[in-house]
Amino acid sequence: MATKKYWKGLEELNNNPEFVQKANDEFAEQIPVEEFLGDSNLVTGGTNRRDFLKFLGFSVTAASLAACETPVNKAIPYVVKPEEITPGVANWYASSYYDGNDYASILVKTREGRPIKIEGNELSKITMGGSNARIQASVLSLYDSSRITGPTINGKYSKWKTVDEEINTNLGAIAQKGGAIRILSSTIISPSTLAIIKEFIAKYPTTKHIMYDAVSYSGMAKANAQSFGQEIIPSYYFDKAEVIVSIDSDFLANWLSPIEHAKQYSLLRKVSNQRSEMSKHYQFESNLSLTGANADERIPVKVSEQGKVIVNLYNAIAKASGSATLTSSPLSCDSIIQKVAKELLEKKGKSLVVCGSNDINYQLIVNGINQMLGNYGKTIDIANPNYTHQGNDSAFTDLVAEMDAAKVDAIITYNTNPVYTAPATLKFDKAFSKVPLRISFADRVDETASFANYICPDHHYLESWNDFNPTKTQYSLAQPTISPLFAKPTYQGSRQAQDSLLKWIGNPSDYHSYIQNNWMNSVFAGQTKYTVFTEFWNNSLHDGVAEINTTSSSNSGAVAGQGTTNFADAAQKINAIKGSEFELSLYEKVGIGNGNQANNPWLQELPDPITKITWDNYVTMSPADMKGHYKLMARQDREASLVNVTVNGITVKMPVVPQPGQARGTVGIALGYGRIKAGKLSTQTGVIGTNVYPFTQIINGTLSYTVLDVKIEDAKEHTEIAGTQIHHTLMGREIVKETILEKYKKDPTSGNHSEMVHTNSGLKKAATIDLWDEHEKLGLRWGMTIDLNSCIGCGSCVVSCTAENNVAVVGKQEVIKTREMHWLRIDRYYSSDMSKDIAAEKKEGAISMYLDMENPSALNPKVVFQPIMCQHCNHAPCETVCPVIATSHSSEGLNMMTYNRCVGTKYCANNCPFKVRRFNWFNYNGNSDFAFNPTQDDLGRMVLNPDVVVRSRGVMEKCSMCVQRIQEGKLDAKKSEKPLVDGRIKTACQQSCPTNAIFFGDLNDDNSAISKLRKDDERNYFILEELGIKPTVSYLTKVRNCETTIEEGKEIEETEKVKA
Amino acid sequence: MQHESEIRVPLILGNKSYHQITEDIVRPIEGKATKYWYMLFTISIICFCWGIACLSYTIGVGIGAWGNNNGVDWAWDITNFVWWIGIGHAGTLISAVLLLFRQKWRLAINRSAEAMTIFAVMCAAIFVLLHTGRPWLDYWLFPLPNTFGSLWINFNSPLVWDVFAVSTYFSVSLVFWYTGLVPDFAMIRDRAVKPFAKKMYSLLSMGWGGSARHWSRFEELSLVLAGLATPLVFSVHSIVSMDFATAVLPGWHATIFPPYFVAGAVFSGFAMVQTLLLMMRKIYNLENYITKKHIEYMNIVIIITGSIVGVAYLTELFISWYSGVEYEQYAFINRATGPYWWAYACMMTCNVVSPQLFWSKKLRTSLTFTFIMSIIVNIGMWFERFVIIVPTLCRTYLPSTWNMYHPTFVDIGIFTGTIGMFFTFFLLFTRYFPVIAQAELKTIVKSSSEGYRNKAKHNTHH
Repeated sequence: MATKKYWKGLEELNNNPEFVQKANDEFAEQIPVEEFLGDSNLVTGGTNRRDFLKFLGFSVTAASLAACETPVNKAIPYVVKPEEITPGVANWYASSYYDGNDYASILVKTREGRPIKIEGNELSKITMGGSNARIQASVLSLYDSSRITGPTINGKYSKWKTVDEEINTNLGAIAQKGGAIRILSSTIISPSTLAIIKEFIAKYPTTKHIMYDAVSYSGMAKANAQSFGQEIIPSYYFDKAEVIVSIDSDFLANWLSPIEHAKQYSLLRKVSNQRSEMSKHYQFESNLSLTGANADERIPVKVSEQGKVIVNLYNAIAKASGSATLTSSPLSCDSIIQKVAKELLEKKGKSLVVCGSNDINYQLIVNGINQMLGNYGKTIDIANPNYTHQGNDSAFTDLVAEMDAAKVDAIITYNTNPVYTAPATLKFDKAFSKVPLRISFADRVDETASFANYICPDHHYLESWNDFNPTKTQYSLAQPTISPLFAKPTYQGSRQAQDSLLKWIGNPSDYHSYIQNNWMNSVFAGQTKYTVFTEFWNNSLHDGVAEINTTSSSNSGAVAGQGTTNFADAAQKINAIKGSEFELSLYEKVGIGNGNQANNPWLQELPDPITKITWDNYVTMSPADMKGHYKLMARQDREASLVNVTVNGITVKMPVVPQPGQARGTVGIALGYGRIKAGKLSTQTGVIGTNVYPFTQIINGTLSYTVLDVKIEDAKEHTEIAGTQIHHTLMGREIVKETILEKYKKDPTSGNHSEMVHTNSGLKKAATIDLWDEHEKLGLRWGMTIDLNSCIGCGSCVVSCTAENNVAVVGKQEVIKTREMHWLRIDRYYSSDMSKDIAAEKKEGAISMYLDMENPSALNPKVVFQPIMCQHCNHAPCETVCPVIATSHSSEGLNMMTYNRCVGTKYCANNCPFKVRRFNWFNYNGNSDFAFNPTQDDLGRMVLNPDVVVRSRGVMEKCSMCVQRIQEGKLDAKKSEKPLVDGRIKTACQQSCPTNAIFFGDLNDDNSAISKLRKDDERNYFILEELGIKPTVSYLTKVRNCETTIEEGKEIEETEKVKA
Repeated sequence: MQHESEIRVPLILGNKSYHQITEDIVRPIEGKATKYWYMLFTISIICFCWGIACLSYTIGVGIGAWGNNNGVDWAWDITNFVWWIGIGHAGTLISAVLLLFRQKWRLAINRSAEAMTIFAVMCAAIFVLLHTGRPWLDYWLFPLPNTFGSLWINFNSPLVWDVFAVSTYFSVSLVFWYTGLVPDFAMIRDRAVKPFAKKMYSLLSMGWGGSARHWSRFEELSLVLAGLATPLVFSVHSIVSMDFATAVLPGWHATIFPPYFVAGAVFSGFAMVQTLLLMMRKIYNLENYITKKHIEYMNIVIIITGSIVGVAYLTELFISWYSGVEYEQYAFINRATGPYWWAYACMMTCNVVSPQLFWSKKLRTSLTFTFIMSIIVNIGMWFERFVIIVPTLCRTYLPSTWNMYHPTFVDIGIFTGTIGMFFTFFLLFTRYFPVIAQAELKTIVKSSSEGYRNKAKHNTHH
């Protein structure tokens, strides 16, 4: 076969020499290599001016272009995805919060393994789904970069192995010579921890465990010991008390078990068409507390008179029921006491008298009153004691004496900070430093831990296993929701205190299995619901709570020992109390409480519900006492006078702020401030406030939070106070609508009258006249209703909103400039002595009337709270004025904010009648002036909710009605192919409300709870609806169970006369 | 040609010839700057630089550097914006409205009044551009085609109207001003000896030859531009006032705002013209051109517009009472008796009471008194805008949100800076631009005709 020749083209066929030559060349054309390399300029000339400029231009441009690029934050996917984690989907774990003061059963929301939000656990029989501001904020305390990352020996980081060895050697040596070992802790309600401590004591028999609470209830327990032979604190049932009398007990915000009390209290405070009865709440107190602000009748009394009020109330009741009376001294409020006594006697067994004092004598007589009223077994449950406050003041003072006498060889402090909290007279730090071996479990080098030889940092509660027994029948579990933040290999890591103790005892078990064993042996046996332990354990862990069966079915019998109580002696001691010109009552604030979370910026920025002041504590004084001496801070003045407060020779300088309703001749100061070693916050902002724990004293063996003789002198200096609300009265406006129960019963619409307008077709409701088209009613339309009768103003929702929506912390200076970022605020108004009716009666002109209205009633104002967030107006003034349509209306009735589109003209905020819009004046996430903002801390950033964008400088923001939750709820419904269930979607504020004051749901669904509520409840109203803005958020009129409304103001005048 | 009554004082004193006018007007340009000029220029430029520093700081950290807050979202920024825009109005009114009304006395003052307009609008623009949170995105306020999706501007928003109103106003004013300058630049070009100056003025005069055709076109264009600018005098400040009038806030939501703002703008603008001219005639010896008569005429405008403003204030008070709306009534009680009562009192005294003193001929022809009054009126008008904005926003519907506003050093710095910038530009203008529209001014010169008349009179006597 002949080989066929194929050719590519005619050139190849012809195959002339030219072609051959070309085919051999690598390049078709000559490359001018020679020419290029031969250029002599290359060798001799170097870079000429033009080239230089070209290169310069290029490199500058290239460099600046490269610099323009935004830094890239890499999101690294899971290499091996944990089975239970789906990125973008939250996991919820039941757990428990207990810090020695507050207890709540909680649910922890985690995203990609990070806890980001705390919510109340509705399965708990104690907290019933409620939470408070401190618990809401506790998730941020987890990501606190002030925590220490490993054990320290004398202030230097060490290794757990070394620390354990040294401590074991030391403890062994002490035990050998019979030296005393002490464990000092706050109240421990963990049965397993107590069991470990018991084992510890067994190993080191010279050990004693002392519980000490910074804010102590020891007096109550001791009084109960005298009355009933049991040193316990009972459970209180405010939901069964139709008449509540509180003597200086802030039971809605701080006292004993405030979440539980608020939940119970709110049940009898709600009125509706079905139920038009309300409990009646009397409050005798010196400071205006949150509870006092919610009382139907509040009677300001001097601190020295509080005991006498109790005695006189006892006598009034005793007289009526024929019992022996006690010696008493007359009081100006005796007529009111008589009235209170009468009402209490009418509601025997359905009433409750509580007292916030830690004085045994006070509590004894209160016990006597409740005894006479037959409240034990009904509203007070001795058979189900509340274990959350077991601190023993006398044991603590004994310990200090022992330490001072150098009789203690080792002390272990756990969850307590006595160097900061102990009364100055005890000189705790001096005694403490006499102990040779000081071990602390503190998670940071706090005031007490800084004295310690060894700090063995405990886990944060969200990293820990634990169990709690808050009341006799209720148990709950805490489980870790994140691996310890500080762990090997980067850090030595923190270690659960119980594990440390187990190590030192030589028990090889870890705390988790220890709890399990302990529950198997004790708790499991107490219940009958489950027969298999694993089932019981798994369910308890899943639910977070467990209940054991009560052994004694009834507790009414537990009132033995009544006869043995020496009331006469107690009354005599009370009558001997002498007052003075100024008396001091120390109190806790809703945010900071006893001060253990003082390093939490969310709590520091939470306004006090009453004064609305952030980032500070101060002296509260009656404006009547301040007049002529100190700045009255009227007319939106932020300047306050500084005063020197002297107690027992200790002087502190603090601002004094006018507090309407503060009993004359008394002052109040909040505890929990002035922490020097709380963490980095105090270094970033300066020490926040002043520590007044040194003012506490030991009286009659219990801690006293009152001082009967305090000297106050003008320091002749001024300072600025960071209040979020600096005008305090309603100015006669119907922003808050209210009525009284009697009127409400007759006419449910009382106090809720709409603005009417004359039209050609007669009188019409102003809100019904409209220039605009109604929005189409398609699909869902969200609405919110807030019951002003239920809202107690506690601020839990404010912190919850902050956590849910990544709201920035702006600090004291910015709050002073009215630039706080809270999407949700609680407005607090005081009543004024002037009203339109009074002005009409006195024939006062408008100008002087309004001038008078600016001042709240100094002596005893009525108080009202009103949560305000974006009202999501359907005809929103903000939407029409935005030039770039950055704020618009959603088809679901929400007013939406498009941050990306916002240019920041701020016109929307000006035109908002509610002033709910918040502007990012600075870059709060990068500007070093705001270093305390959690977003500026590598750890703090972990608390951010990934579903909500962090807003940049120059954009407007505001309440979105938790649109991310709405979206999640809708998607869930879609995935499960079922219609959205009413109540499935809860906004953050609604969920955290301990009194269920907030309702949220679909307005297009006629059967939704909110639709029904709006239809059926005549109290429903919209703020400023006469503007035609058609808000989506509505309010329910406040109903007071008292004789006059604010508008009439007569009662106020009467009390004034009495006081004068 | 225009007939003038014998009893009227001539508009140009000193029996000037055409050549003398030319000499008088180019003297500041061709001659050396005076000591006064250098003094004023130094002060102005220092203020200007401080303003630039404060602005840079603001752009660096955010408008949190100002005293504005979450209740008072507009404060000095918008106060200053409205104030400057208002000042600008006198220039347009003088050159356009008075042109249409054939008021020849405007010829001596229109050039500098127009320059004032341009510079004042530039100052205003600084505030309106930089009061936003993210000024680098300000261009989003224009209806630009974009790649962001279906994003468009909101034609319901008065701020969008503002953007159109102010940008139109600025461009028309600039063109109008420049048109008038062309023949004068040509005159300077023809006299210039230094090559650089000659080249610059040649460029600026755009080949002006002074032919009859040029003059004809010049006149036509001026008339058309005057016609365009006249509605702008009324529209710009009406629209600016709608920023407030269309809002729901008591104290802002008022239909009286547009006319009242326009009157106020002219009022403050004339006061500013007085301030500038009284200084200028002194420094450049222009007493023969800017005469007492001019000053008096302007003072009469000030009385009239001041009185309109006063009536508007009283009408506002009456309407707030008559409305029967609680919030509306309180807004005005608050202005007068609230924490900012002093600002209201200042506004009332400066704007309503003090201009009434001009009813006295002696006072309105007194140069010193006029100068003081011109400053007082502008202080008053600044406070008017402050009173409308800040005390209103400090106390709106919910008393819980009531607060106070305190300016920071940056607020003060930027405001001082714009005043510095305004005077820097104006002083440069007086050195390089003819401050009086000499070409037009020469149309009312009667020196030669009067010379002839006088000569004739003389002859008959003999």
